[in-house]
Amino acid sequence: MDGHGIIKGLMVSCKRFIDTYLDDIRWFGRRYRTPEGIAHRMSKDTAGLFTVQYPEEKLPVPEEFRFIPFLVYEEDAEGNKIHRCTSCGICSKVCPPQCIWIVRTLDPKTGRPVPEPAEFYIDIDVCMNCGFCAEFCPFDAIKMDHDYEIAVYDRLTVNIYDKAKLSKPLSYYAMIRPSNYQKEEMAKAEKETLKAARKASGNS
Amino acid sequence: MTQQLTTITETLVERFPGAVLKDERPGYEGYLVSAENLPEIAQFLRDQMGYDYLSSVTGVDYLPEGKMETVYHFFRSTGGSALELKVSLPRENPVVPSLVSIFPGAELQERETYDLLGIIFDGHPDLRRILLWDGFDGHPLRKDWQEPYYEEEAKPFKSRWPEGRAIRVEEKNIFKKNVKYPAGFDPETFTPEGDTSLFASLDKLKRHDEESGMKSDHIIINFGPQHTSTHGVFRMAAAVEGETIIGLKPAMGYLHRNHEKIAERNTYLMNMPYTDRLDYLSPLSNNFGYAIAVEKLMGIQPAERAEYLRVIMAEFTRISNHLFLIGSLLNDLGAYFTPMLYALEERELILDVFEAVTGSRMMCNYFRFGGVARDLPEGQLQKIKDLAFDRLPRKIDEMDRFLTESEIIRARGVGVGVLTPEEAIAYSTCGPVLRASGVPYDVRRADPYSIYERFDFDVAVRYHGDVYDRFLLRFDEIRQSIRIIQQAVRDMPEGPVQSGKPQYQAKVPAGEAYGRVEGPKGELGYYVVSNGKPNPWRYHVRAPSFINLTALEKLCVGNKVADVFAILGSIDIVLGETDR
Ligand code: SF4
Ligand code: SF4
Repeated sequence: MDGHGIIKGLMVSCKRFIDTYLDDIRWFGRRYRTPEGIAHRMSKDTAGLFTVQYPEEKLPVPEEFRFIPFLVYEEDAEGNKIHRCTSCGICSKVCPPQCIWIVRTLDPKTGRPVPEPAEFYIDIDVCMNCGFCAEFCPFDAIKMDHDYEIAVYDRLTVNIYDKAKLSKPLSYYAMIRPSNYQKEEMAKAEKETLKAARKASGNS
Repeated sequence: MTQQLTTITETLVERFPGAVLKDERPGYEGYLVSAENLPEIAQFLRDQMGYDYLSSVTGVDYLPEGKMETVYHFFRSTGGSALELKVSLPRENPVVPSLVSIFPGAELQERETYDLLGIIFDGHPDLRRILLWDGFDGHPLRKDWQEPYYEEEAKPFKSRWPEGRAIRVEEKNIFKKNVKYPAGFDPETFTPEGDTSLFASLDKLKRHDEESGMKSDHIIINFGPQHTSTHGVFRMAAAVEGETIIGLKPAMGYLHRNHEKIAERNTYLMNMPYTDRLDYLSPLSNNFGYAIAVEKLMGIQPAERAEYLRVIMAEFTRISNHLFLIGSLLNDLGAYFTPMLYALEERELILDVFEAVTGSRMMCNYFRFGGVARDLPEGQLQKIKDLAFDRLPRKIDEMDRFLTESEIIRARGVGVGVLTPEEAIAYSTCGPVLRASGVPYDVRRADPYSIYERFDFDVAVRYHGDVYDRFLLRFDEIRQSIRIIQQAVRDMPEGPVQSGKPQYQAKVPAGEAYGRVEGPKGELGYYVVSNGKPNPWRYHVRAPSFINLTALEKLCVGNKVADVFAILGSIDIVLGETDR
């Protein structure tokens, strides 16, 4: 009990204290509020101050980050929004807290379902951000968002998102999840060529 | 192994003729025993056959057959697989002898089974509700019990599609009108008896001073539920004499949400993200245990690459959990925040990897039946290597230099809250608590699962069983985990990360399974019963945080009031898991 252990411990915090300044000097001016600075602070070599000054600085979110789903739509030549969703209902069946509500559209003449949802709701108070809906949707029609700053004052009036609020363009999806998007497009193209090839061989 | 099992069967049947029957239902294991013979058989198992560790006690309500069953999982503290006993009871009057006198570790678990299923444990010293309150009507895990926001027996609910007009559940089912109370119960005039019964459970300590003829009363001190050092909403009532604790009772359930009932309404896959929320500091270990239990039932093997990814993730989880513990234990000891923040830095870097790979820092939801959700995104393997080969070993050494020799920590930890190996086993403690008491029991070695047999690592063990050893053991375990990750990264093959196609409806044949893993806090077990339908019939979590608390009184008695939090901190509980 000679205090030797405490002194040893204090040396560690002292070294950390000095490192903070050394790192600041080494990264002169670029350590804070710059993307490289933040990347450096998230790397294995980070030393010194670790805190991120949110909201002035924000950590970049990785591609796989998931927060509240959105519905992907494509635009046709006239600028009409065409949802990829066919209202097949798989996402609402797989959703663990059962917060997806879908109204299927019926053709007024035939009474048959048409592949476009009449209404699509997600109660985002209930959504647990599990990502299952996006994972199991067979049409790549629902995807997880990156936008986590969605605090509101009154949850009772705004937090059941409807189809309009959930819809985001394909270009947005391609922007936040570039590599997933590429993979999906490639898989689709491959399928198309296979189909075409099969058709061609069937015709001949 | 089968040979060993036949001899066990023979011995048991021979020794207790007519009282022990092999459980022959398809998909089931173990033995059905009669209620009156249960204590005798348990004693025999412990004393003659080496099954000295009663890991899990729970019950199942078989409503269609009009019966209930209690289920016991025994293990040998030297390793090996489970021996399972079941007692079948009539549903109207389910009474079974308590095992607390033979296995003190059954105390809290029997109370929980009583609370949630209404099975009476005859001879239990303190049979009260544990997770629910006094004004609660009925026993929620009985199959005919319905929750206030009841919608349908099982998910997916029909109202969601194709005519799903969104409505909030609280609008359909008005709060306060939806609650049932027991007969004769009026919430307006109710005065809680919880306190009285909690304190009454300490009354046994009242002494009658023979010499002076005076009755001497002890003082009862209440800690929590709101208290900075209970790591959540947790309460304890301690009887003290002067500064010394002479008795202590935990009270919990403030965070109870009946995880198990929710799970029984869910489909198998839906439960995966719910398990994240048990011990929210180690979500990936929780996923692991559940995946193993269901895979056992389904009879499938995970893909090879996925096994490695699982191990890497689970070991990172252990490291981040232990780092958090080291920091918060130091907080409890009064070293405010410097150690905590140093520990959190490393944890953040680990969580960065989790976020990039699984999509979330804490609610990872990464495991699937037969594999994992996705392969490592680009660049993450390098991050993992950086952490495992460079950053973490360096930083753990720094932490070690920073803390372990500190005279203050030694003064607060050495010789405080001692648990002997015999007690540690008897109280069914697990994980670091058990191993710091000198019992080298680690499920990864004792009953290997996944691919842990392929790795070279030591079971961390320390021998004094005090707070300081439990603290040091965390460092040992972190170092071993780093070793495992290094080997896993080196050996990981290429290939798919799921065996079979990704499916949202798991086809689970009827039967039962007990999947257990060595979580950071100890043995985490999932007991799952399937009846072939898309939803589990029974889903029980053997929560290490909860069961380790059985020994809390034992650990605290004889120590000073101020040591209670050091001891509680060294057990490492998370209330999300304790209260479920
Ligand atoms: S989002 Fe996908 S899964 Fe959900 S209904 Fe539409 S197409 Fe089906
Ligand atoms: S992320 Fe999960 S909880 Fe949220 S809507 Fe999708 S499936 Fe449901």
